[in-house]
Amino acid sequence: MNNSLLVVVLAQGVVYGTPLLYAALGELLAERSGVLNLGVEGMMLVGAVMGFWAVQRFHVSSPLALIGALAVAALAGATMAAIHAFLVITLRANQIVSGLALTIFAGVAGLSSYLGNDLNLAKSPARHQFQAIFPKSLQDVGVVGPILFGQSALVYASWACVVLVALYLTRTRAGLNVRAVGESPAAADAMGINVARYRYAHTLLGGAFAGIGGATFSLSITPQWLAGLTQGAGWIAIALVIFAFWRPTLCLVGAYFFGAFTYLPFALQKYHWAPPPELSQSLPYVMTVVALVLVSSRAARLRFGAPAALGLPYVREEN
Amino acid sequence: MIRIERRLEQPRRLVVVVPVVSIVVAFLIATIVLLATSHPPLHTFRRLFDAAFLANGALTETVVSATPLAFTGLAAAVAFRMNLFNIGGEGQLYAGAITGAAMGLLLAGAPSPVVIGLMMVAGAAGGALLAAIPGVLRAFFSTNEIITSLMLNYVLALVIDYLIFDSHSYLRETKGFEASVFPQGKKLPPEATWSSWTIHGLALPLGFLVAIGLAAAVWGLYARTRFGFEVQVIGDSVRAGRYAGMRTRRKILAVMCLSGAIAGLGGASQDGDFRHQLDPRGLTQANYGYTGIVVAALARYNPFAVVLVAFMLGGLQNAGYTLQGADFPAGLVGVLQGLILFSVLGGELLIRYRIRFDRRPAKAEAAAPEPAS
Repeated sequence: MNNSLLVVVLAQGVVYGTPLLYAALGELLAERSGVLNLGVEGMMLVGAVMGFWAVQRFHVSSPLALIGALAVAALAGATMAAIHAFLVITLRANQIVSGLALTIFAGVAGLSSYLGNDLNLAKSPARHQFQAIFPKSLQDVGVVGPILFGQSALVYASWACVVLVALYLTRTRAGLNVRAVGESPAAADAMGINVARYRYAHTLLGGAFAGIGGATFSLSITPQWLAGLTQGAGWIAIALVIFAFWRPTLCLVGAYFFGAFTYLPFALQKYHWAPPPELSQSLPYVMTVVALVLVSSRAARLRFGAPAALGLPYVREEN
Repeated sequence: MIRIERRLEQPRRLVVVVPVVSIVVAFLIATIVLLATSHPPLHTFRRLFDAAFLANGALTETVVSATPLAFTGLAAAVAFRMNLFNIGGEGQLYAGAITGAAMGLLLAGAPSPVVIGLMMVAGAAGGALLAAIPGVLRAFFSTNEIITSLMLNYVLALVIDYLIFDSHSYLRETKGFEASVFPQGKKLPPEATWSSWTIHGLALPLGFLVAIGLAAAVWGLYARTRFGFEVQVIGDSVRAGRYAGMRTRRKILAVMCLSGAIAGLGGASQDGDFRHQLDPRGLTQANYGYTGIVVAALARYNPFAVVLVAFMLGGLQNAGYTLQGADFPAGLVGVLQGLILFSVLGGELLIRYRIRFDRRPAKAEAAAPEPAS
């Protein structure tokens, strides 16, 4: 029963959805503060390569090495985000072009490959990787076993992150301030909120989440370093934020939906039903377009629209 | 005290000086990156420039790399000028390469100018058709064109793989020993080879000349026609355009298709000028579409500057291929491109704003008498 197509695809959908979820939560935080960062793909790749480097170099026990690797990945992602933050917040550059520049700078043909090559990381398996944490007996429970109990610590941590981000944005003073900054920076400024500081903090936090999302590939899914191993996950994460209507809990649902579509081609191969592999591989991308069209109707946008100041620089006394 | 204030007018010389200084800054930062990872910077840069511009035959190879970048750069510039972010140049170039190659194979035996002309038409149509998808979605469903056009890049990369590796399509070579070992595209007939002219040892392919002509046409379209004027108004404010009675949706769709057509033409030029078959691996590894966005941004969306920047970045890219190997840092070309773009973006601040260093305390300034105006 646990080997049926549906259960396998759902369980693996959670696995493949997790990097999307981390990256999307990060992007959501940045966008809620009014900063659009299209550099997610690049930040994920740098996070992936640095996280992998850390796990190969830290000679400590497995859990410590993995936690250290995640910290390094988060730091690497935040460093990349800092470039974008400086350009668009302090220097008021165009957010779209700057984000694209970040993806080119850090992406497949850029820094991540440079580092992967220079630190000699290719073609070696990870020394430690995230594994299922619950005992085998729990994992074998019908249907829910593989989906709920067969996952690694990264998956459970991501659930905690969803709850924390949701509570942060709706139940804390700082979270309400973030939303004010994203909706109307001038009003927030008049209230005495430091707009630039909030935007910096959340863009960097977004980068840290993206870095962890990238490390999810190199420490759990793949688990090794390959140039460009995210294969567009960063872009799907950006789309995910849009059709989750900038809500953390909907990000969770969306991430697993796309995770399942990412895994489907592999599952179908195993079941000896073979459409051209390219057809099923293109599903996540086509579904992204379809879902995006569905949520961009006027009614949907009015009810759950983007933060009003998304993508706009804030200069006191100019807007 | 340092203050940043908006310039009332932008001095013309800054438009040239700032990008040049920005590029110098980018190379300085790259020097730090190289030093930090213990590569000799001067030696690395010299090899880069040698391979790009100075070595025997390097210029010809640089033009080969610059041609697709000029097309994708123009494609991005046309759309970005309207604040329409078509990131799909990559996929639109593949689409043009597919339709262009199909046309070349179909017309085998026809007179060469006809074949070449129709390949161009087919390539442009292929790119335009693909770009029409995000165009229609943006114009009529207000769907974010950045994500949709980008997702189609991945889809088209899979389509092109399918045509050559996983099917017995018309475009795939099915006969011969080589083709049975490794799948590849059918060779185009000799009539489908685009001409090229050699001047003092520098080979200029037809595609590059077409790109220069297109740059002039795009400049004329945006600077001298009503269409171009309306596009720029809508780019600045859709609402203003609509109040002035402009057909904003049609313009969005038209610009998106124009952008796609230019990228598609670049795809056809890949078939006719350089590869002479549909070459999935070569096309998908080159990243022409994404680099085209860098080109357009560096050129500040000016079509003539696009051709110039394409030549410079083409040199970088060409050097990247030539120097690929154990002793040359991989990924350096992308790092350099990103750094140049960051510095130019940051430098724009100096064009739009000026930075003032005031020694006097603010109080004295307020007390100064106002000059009569």
